[in-house]
Amino acid sequence: MIKTQSLSHFYNDSNEIHFLDLEIKDNTQFLLLGESGSGKTTLLHLLGGLLTAQMGTIEVNGSDLTKLSESELDRFRGTQYGFIFQRNHLIQTLTVERNLLLAPFLAGLKQDSNRIDEVLEQLGIADKKYSKIHELSLGQAQRVAIARAVLNKPAIILADEPTSALDDKNCERVSDLLLTVAKQNQATLVIATHDQRLKSKITNLIQL
Amino acid sequence: MNLLTLVISYLKAKPLNTLLNILLLALGIAVITILLLFNHQLREKISDNTKGIDLVVGAKGSPLQLILCNVFHIDFPTGNINLKEAERLAKHRLVKSAIPLALGDSYQSFRIVGTNLSYAELYQAELANGTWWSADLEVVVGATTAELLQLKEGDTFESAHGLSKEGHAHDENPFVVTGVLKKTNSVVDNLILTNVSSIWKVHAEHDSIETVSNKIISDTSVLVPTHEAGDSTKEITSLLIKYRNPIAAIQLPRYINAYTPMQVASPAFEAARLFSILGVGVEALTGFSYVLILISALSIFIALYNSLKERQYDLAIMRSMGASRAKLFIATQLEGVTLTVLGSLLGLALGHLVLFAFTSLVAESQKTGMSAFVFYSEELYLFIGSLVLGIVCSLIPSVQAYRTDIHNVLAGR
Repeated sequence: MIKTQSLSHFYNDSNEIHFLDLEIKDNTQFLLLGESGSGKTTLLHLLGGLLTAQMGTIEVNGSDLTKLSESELDRFRGTQYGFIFQRNHLIQTLTVERNLLLAPFLAGLKQDSNRIDEVLEQLGIADKKYSKIHELSLGQAQRVAIARAVLNKPAIILADEPTSALDDKNCERVSDLLLTVAKQNQATLVIATHDQRLKSKITNLIQL
Repeated sequence: MNLLTLVISYLKAKPLNTLLNILLLALGIAVITILLLFNHQLREKISDNTKGIDLVVGAKGSPLQLILCNVFHIDFPTGNINLKEAERLAKHRLVKSAIPLALGDSYQSFRIVGTNLSYAELYQAELANGTWWSADLEVVVGATTAELLQLKEGDTFESAHGLSKEGHAHDENPFVVTGVLKKTNSVVDNLILTNVSSIWKVHAEHDSIETVSNKIISDTSVLVPTHEAGDSTKEITSLLIKYRNPIAAIQLPRYINAYTPMQVASPAFEAARLFSILGVGVEALTGFSYVLILISALSIFIALYNSLKERQYDLAIMRSMGASRAKLFIATQLEGVTLTVLGSLLGLALGHLVLFAFTSLVAESQKTGMSAFVFYSEELYLFIGSLVLGIVCSLIPSVQAYRTDIHNVLAGR
């Protein structure tokens, strides 16, 4: 359950954005739709605790993000969220397995090899476990990024423009994948995008 | 998965860069290690070899030469002194003990020293096997000499004049080995000891008029027990003197220089002078190695600083996955420290290895008794110092990693 109240963000001078109050229920899928510069990345980062709110409150699963200390917020991010970005941002020098193990390690959770196999299986890239990142195709790398986001069984998956650089076929595939994986792992999915194609897949809309 | 795995994967991703950084530091540390080992062992050898010798008395010449020749046995004698003069000095009230040395011959460039048993006592040299000499032309050989020349009890050899293998051979009077000494880690290891009259006997052949007398000796020399006292026709090379009391240190050198044709040299003073001459070279090399270390620190700093720009997404994504600022700080520090730790370990190993290669390949160096497998506490300081170096040169990059702004990086601002 994500709930925001009178959330605002100020960029250096005159540029300021006021966000409508939101309420996103557990195990639902939401689309944050808006043009570039409409503040959807900012809102997503605020919701994910990547950016500290200057005004207003953000309540996630009973915790007020604006009241958490920095180390509490770090831990909260590691255990409650999975992030997916437009570019996969995998660590190039590590193998697929190690990239995935980084998620529980950094979140301070137990590193479970079985869980990695399970997630890779769900995403159909079980044979790539020991591959290096540069050996993967773009689509495979994105699946690894998705695997990393869901590995810690987060309550919430936040995706920032996951499909905007893809053609129709791949857009369809990735959005299906995200929905399936979110359901399999019982996670709330929030996608920030300007990609109108996703409207057919996800009906809960927040227009910015 | 842990931070070290991550750091090592980063270092492996740029093998040449990593190698350069490690090698630069290793070279600097290796040079320091070699100097350290050399300097320490040289000082130890010098103090071991000059122990118990307050003054060396010999013919006039260079005092440094007098010390190098009569204490370390690496230079030629300055000349001879009269036995009668030497005896008079040995009986002086300020002299506690005086050991005669008669030099001039060698075998396979190992020096033969004509002396008495007090010389062996001075270095606490004990027999490993055999007996001490009891007659002329009998010798006891030092441990290293015996090992390198394959000499054992009962062997005979002919000495050569001077210190080189090509010297004029005294082939009419072969020496007999009667004993081998235990290792003393002093200059005695590289010598062949005999009595003074053996040296006289070998050289007597030059002026063949002289015949060995068989007359009964009534008053024996304090320096050469087999010879009569006050013989002014005989000569020795030098006397090693120990003072009776501290006053002797002030009075004796002045007395000898002023009232006898001989000159004195203090081993402690000349050794210090030698070190101050060598010191210039040592300082230049040390300076050079510090420049190498400084460059390696700069190189590590630049490498980390540059790679941080490439890794800003890595850092931001790791923070989004729950990594604290402190974790990123530590990871960056760990990278610098890993480089300097590897560099210093390699450098220390390299230093010992170079000395090992030197001592096992250069035959002359074996005579010095240098060892590559001696470790000094300074090496631990070098290691700790390089740890600190790693922390210092990765400090700025670490602070940058600490300050990574997740939102700005991931939003592409």
